[in-house]
Amino acid sequence: MQQNNSPTTPIVSLRDVQKSFGSLKVLDGVSFAVERGEVLAIIGRSGSGKSTALRCIDRFEEVDSGEIVVCGHRVDLPDVDLRALRQDVGIVFQSYNLFPHLTIEQNITLALCSVKRMAAAQAKELAQKVLAQVGLEEKLHAYPEQLSGGQQQRAAIARSLAMQPKVMLFDEVTSALDPELTAEVLKVIEALAADGMTMVMVTHEMGFAKSIADRIVFMHRGKVHETGPASMLAAPKTPELTQFVGTGNLKS
Amino acid sequence: MGGHLNINHLLFLGHGALWTLGLSLIALIGGGIAGFAIALARISPLKSVRIVSATYVQLIQGTPLLVILFLGYFGLAAIGLRVSPLIAAGVSLTLYVAAYLGEIWRGSIQSVPKPQWEAAEGLALSRTQRMTKVILPQAIRIATPPTVGFMVQIVKNTSLASVVGFVELMRSGQIVNNSLFEPFAIYAIIAVVYFAMCYPLSLFSQRLERRMGRGRINLGPA
Amino acid sequence: MGIQLDFPAVLERWPSFLAGAALTLELALFATVLGALFGTLVAVGRGAHRAPIARACKVYVEAIRNTPLLVQIFLVYFGLASIGLKLSAFTVAIAALTINVGAYTAEIMRAGFEAIPRGQIEAAEGLALSRFQIYWHIILLPAVERVYPALTSQFVLLMLASSVCSQISAEELTAVANYIQSDTYRAFETYIIVAVLYIVLSLMMRAGFWGLGLVLFPRRRRLGTPL
Repeated sequence: MQQNNSPTTPIVSLRDVQKSFGSLKVLDGVSFAVERGEVLAIIGRSGSGKSTALRCIDRFEEVDSGEIVVCGHRVDLPDVDLRALRQDVGIVFQSYNLFPHLTIEQNITLALCSVKRMAAAQAKELAQKVLAQVGLEEKLHAYPEQLSGGQQQRAAIARSLAMQPKVMLFDEVTSALDPELTAEVLKVIEALAADGMTMVMVTHEMGFAKSIADRIVFMHRGKVHETGPASMLAAPKTPELTQFVGTGNLKS
Repeated sequence: MGGHLNINHLLFLGHGALWTLGLSLIALIGGGIAGFAIALARISPLKSVRIVSATYVQLIQGTPLLVILFLGYFGLAAIGLRVSPLIAAGVSLTLYVAAYLGEIWRGSIQSVPKPQWEAAEGLALSRTQRMTKVILPQAIRIATPPTVGFMVQIVKNTSLASVVGFVELMRSGQIVNNSLFEPFAIYAIIAVVYFAMCYPLSLFSQRLERRMGRGRINLGPA
Repeated sequence: MGIQLDFPAVLERWPSFLAGAALTLELALFATVLGALFGTLVAVGRGAHRAPIARACKVYVEAIRNTPLLVQIFLVYFGLASIGLKLSAFTVAIAALTINVGAYTAEIMRAGFEAIPRGQIEAAEGLALSRFQIYWHIILLPAVERVYPALTSQFVLLMLASSVCSQISAEELTAVANYIQSDTYRAFETYIIVAVLYIVLSLMMRAGFWGLGLVLFPRRRRLGTPL
């Protein structure tokens, strides 16, 4: 079911999303929206439901109730066109999930040829382009195990980018990296944001979120407690956010 | 021609099944003792011992069990050493089992984490004491699931003893078939009996493996 | 009285030995290819959503793994004869060996499938790959690469196990040995020679699979590390 993609309609919107895992309520009435070209950061403690909310956007989790609209797709409904949705949405995971038996180039061209039905030569060209965008041109024919963690994550970003998504989701993409490798990945994400990519990211990197996020969503125990620009972190309204900002939960 | 399957036939088959189990036990005990010696020899500090035992394992593992059986029965008879089917089968299976169990147990000994070896050395234990008090107890734990799994192979392999005339389950079936001429039905019954003997062992081995928390690919000589 | 061995008398029968070895290899290769395909299908079937298919595959695998090959061969042989099919011993042997190795292959492949991390499947789903594409590119092909050593060992064991086909008069190496020893009265030498030939065949098969692995798996060829 498509809806009007007028400039004023948010490209991603969640309305009163509820989800439980068995008896555990993970999302309890989550609502937020993302405008085209906006960068949204979701922060919160472990167990706050932030990763689950992100995964729901690309239907890696099914919601119990509520409405999710992404690029005109009703993601909460069972008959959603997954193939079309996942071409519009790109997702990058904490553990990179590159395919170990394929070269970096093949990792990128696999979906281009199988899903977008691109010709091999065209796909290879595009692969080179996106790798150059993340600074990994020379790793075209390398295998994932030959790359560092930061390089693998950048390659994973390039792989999603090659599909030319309208929205990109980042699920704690630097949490598994050593501090010195984190910077190179954040640089790539920053460049993407500057290019106008709509992004939703779950992150612990508070300094980064503050610098590139247009808006921040703070979640606690499955609820959205506060939403606002980065400045809201300096002036928390709720006790939960106050405690979150105050403790060492954040990497400045 | 041919009569009907009656209780005498079933008793005869049952008798054969008992001999299957008996031969399996002989192979397990004989092969187990020899296999233990081979496992130790494979990790001996003496290079010549290691080479000899490794060669033995390679030779046995590269030869079909049937050929080993024939060597033991017809081969020995041809050079003057006449043995009964039981002894031929028993010795052949023992040699066969020794090679495979030796490899399994060697692998288990070498799977004991290196820190354990080093700790034992650090306590100034002699080589014998290290093995008996530290390494082997842990190796036995590791070795149990694959050993139980291999017991299934032993039981199945006793079926080949029928070819040299030893009257175990398979041969009993052939003898019964010679009077009834219902080969498919008889061998189906025999298959079920083998299954009844082997499946519990397989399940037990799988349960042990799960408890060990180790994922293992089960190889089976056919 | 000394033991007198007369190898030359047996060795002069080398054309027969060679023919037997060739047939053993033929049996092994046919059964390997057919068994690998069949076993992979069964492994896929083990994970099928429809319960009857998954259960049927499990029953097949457990039945084969818990009964002797000799019994299986006789069942196939007499079973086919009882429904009126008159096939050559060679064909029957291949059928029985295929059914046998298919079960072991299925177990090995299933272990390979289960070793694929869930994250990679999610990444593939995130890239909008279809279920079939994911199964082929992300599960099946990497699984084959990962379990290739176990598969190689299994197929070499299959070649050794083919000696049992001598019992249904397939003219493979062991059957040739039986014939020659009854003809020359030199059983000991005959079986020693045949044992050596089997060892040579094992080495040949291992070398062949190793080479095939280099061709099939460029990653292994370049990096030399297991997946």
